[in-house]
Amino acid sequence: MANMTLTKTPMPEQDPKVRARNFKEVTLGYTAEMAVEEAKRCLGCKKPKCVEGCPVNVRIPEFIGKVAEGDFAAAYEIITSTNALPALSGRVCPQETQCEAQCVRGIKGEPVAIGRLERFVADWYRENVNAMPEKTASNGMKVAVVGSGPAGMTCASDLAKRGYEVTMFEALHTAGGVLVYGIPEFRLPKAIVANEVKKLEAQGVNVMTNMVIGRVLSIDELFEMGYKAVFVGSGAGLPMFMHIPGEAFKGVYSANEYLTRTNLMKAYLEQDDTPIMKSKAVAVVGGGNVAMDAARCAMRLGADKVYIVYRRGEAEMPARLEEQHHAKEEGIEFKTLCNPVEILGNEDGGVSGMKCIRMELGEPDASGRRRPVEIEGSEFVLDVDTVIMALGTSPNPLIRSTTPGLETNKKGCLIVNEEEMTTREGVFAGGDAVTGAATVILAMGAGKKGAAAIDKFLQNK
Amino acid sequence: MYKIVRKKELNSAVTLMEIEAPFVAKKAKAGQFIIFRIDEEGERVPLTIAGYDREKGTVSIIFQKVGFTTNALGNLNEGDYIRDFVGPLGKPTETEGIKRVCVVGGGVGCAIALPSAQGFKEAGAQVDVIVGFRNKDIVILEDEFKACADNLYLMTDDGSYGEHGFVTVKLQQLLESGVHYDEVLAIGPIPMMKFVAKTTEPFGVKTMVSLNPIMVDGTGMCGGCRVTVGGETKFACVDGPEFDGHKVDYAELMNRNSVYRDREAEVKETHTCRMDAMGKALIK
Repeated sequence: MANMTLTKTPMPEQDPKVRARNFKEVTLGYTAEMAVEEAKRCLGCKKPKCVEGCPVNVRIPEFIGKVAEGDFAAAYEIITSTNALPALSGRVCPQETQCEAQCVRGIKGEPVAIGRLERFVADWYRENVNAMPEKTASNGMKVAVVGSGPAGMTCASDLAKRGYEVTMFEALHTAGGVLVYGIPEFRLPKAIVANEVKKLEAQGVNVMTNMVIGRVLSIDELFEMGYKAVFVGSGAGLPMFMHIPGEAFKGVYSANEYLTRTNLMKAYLEQDDTPIMKSKAVAVVGGGNVAMDAARCAMRLGADKVYIVYRRGEAEMPARLEEQHHAKEEGIEFKTLCNPVEILGNEDGGVSGMKCIRMELGEPDASGRRRPVEIEGSEFVLDVDTVIMALGTSPNPLIRSTTPGLETNKKGCLIVNEEEMTTREGVFAGGDAVTGAATVILAMGAGKKGAAAIDKFLQNK
Repeated sequence: MYKIVRKKELNSAVTLMEIEAPFVAKKAKAGQFIIFRIDEEGERVPLTIAGYDREKGTVSIIFQKVGFTTNALGNLNEGDYIRDFVGPLGKPTETEGIKRVCVVGGGVGCAIALPSAQGFKEAGAQVDVIVGFRNKDIVILEDEFKACADNLYLMTDDGSYGEHGFVTVKLQQLLESGVHYDEVLAIGPIPMMKFVAKTTEPFGVKTMVSLNPIMVDGTGMCGGCRVTVGGETKFACVDGPEFDGHKVDYAELMNRNSVYRDREAEVKETHTCRMDAMGKALIK
């Protein structure tokens, strides 16, 4: 019998007041009973729309059917037949605009909690089985994967499954890319990412950290070393700033720097050496997921007051609804329709405040969203000692500037064809390096597609 | 893990270490830098490359023991390992088309000035070197500079060795005497680089300075190393570390570099326990 409850089975989470001061995971995940109960809400549609809404086409009704039967191991096999990293996507995917947006149960009531179920299955497997994948017999061909974020990890995994000898190069000292330096521990525990890397190694992927491709080795040198194809999943790049007065004061961070210090370098732990400012009041400029992450980190690092400052309205905010909701619960104040015009400094070269101007929404712009327009004379000063700019990034120049023949678009993103191949034969690319800043799941989708394209390219050669 | 194959104290506060890092050694060029991390809890610290041996696969770094991490590194010995050593990062010193150059080094900055001076020499330029130190006790690399410089001018602030005065005094003399340089490259404390640039400006001599802003990843991701050059935001890790000395906003750089100064002082107090623990681990 289907469970016809109109709302999702709630997922337990840490109390907002408590979690706003710790880095432990916010949401605690379903118990087996909750998962079975929620799984029974799925109607098992013959033509499942949810699968089309998923960038990696997880066979959703099939795995949920197994969860409803209590066969979690079988559910895991179904998920991982198309998605190498379910513990990650179950946590950080914007399901509300993808699979769950297509769910028929969402027409009247809430959709099936597909993300929560995917996470449950992945966590159950890790906690109860965690069998390391088998290594496929080598086909003797070497492929290089540049970057170990969601695109690189997915691509490496799929290639290893097909028998390629994969080396995955990471610039930083820990593999995982944005999953490690960007997304905070309280949304995605780093032990889970480390477990995924361990699984890749079990598949035979050689993970090399401290390798900045474009500096220590060029793409051409990778070919000289015998790699038959290269996948570039180097991610987003340098942070953007507003170019308003005062952005060089001490206490003005890019979200990338603030998050890297917090997450990768663990500045929140007493025994770690990397410093971060102890702020009293923080303004985070921007309305995306990265802005939410930075704001919630600032709160956990001990700030009394944290603001999100966004020039458009709340309805236009690109951040996932759940992140906005969690941020608000944790006491973060949203200053929407509000744009910084100047960062004010003190005699010590630090930040003493941020001058903002109120905005109203005008005619739609090129993106289709209504353009924010300044309201004359509405300036006011926000009393903050730290400003974090979360305005997006522009692609890293290291690979494009050292690889002849690799073309980019005006924004500096690598140009690829429908087969994910760049303008250099044998060089494929995917993820933020191609699209500009996007989501983990889109990068995973690109990594998957890249692996298939590389396979096809090398088999036809 | 990266092995320390040689350690030499250059003076009481400055240490040279040769690190086994074949990939870095293969590609390293003068003017570029590395980032190291001592252990799992360590911070990432950038240091400009002081030398390399492609055959042996080693890279030399020269550092002053000023903060927690450089002191901890200084406590390690030959045969010990550090957790991470990544590079070469940044753009190399541009030597092409330079016929006569003056390389100006100040204090521990001389460590970085040396490979650049050698690089210019190898590229066929006539190389004048001015190095400055507070006093005789902290003079480093004198023989190495003698070997690569056509003219070496050694200055001390107190006159206890070489000539008396700042590097800018000598530079001013040379420029006034009519020596023509295609480029002046200054590497040292920020005020020194600023005054070198001030000295050369009236003479219209191209002047490059090697900047050392605070960095985290060093690969073009965090944006912490941003500097203002000619009114534009530049990132030292991918656009630098060498920039046009006449266009750098030095006051801003000095301010930004002081952001964690209070914390460093605090760490000196509270972190001694970790130092002890690391020391003990090494003895084991």
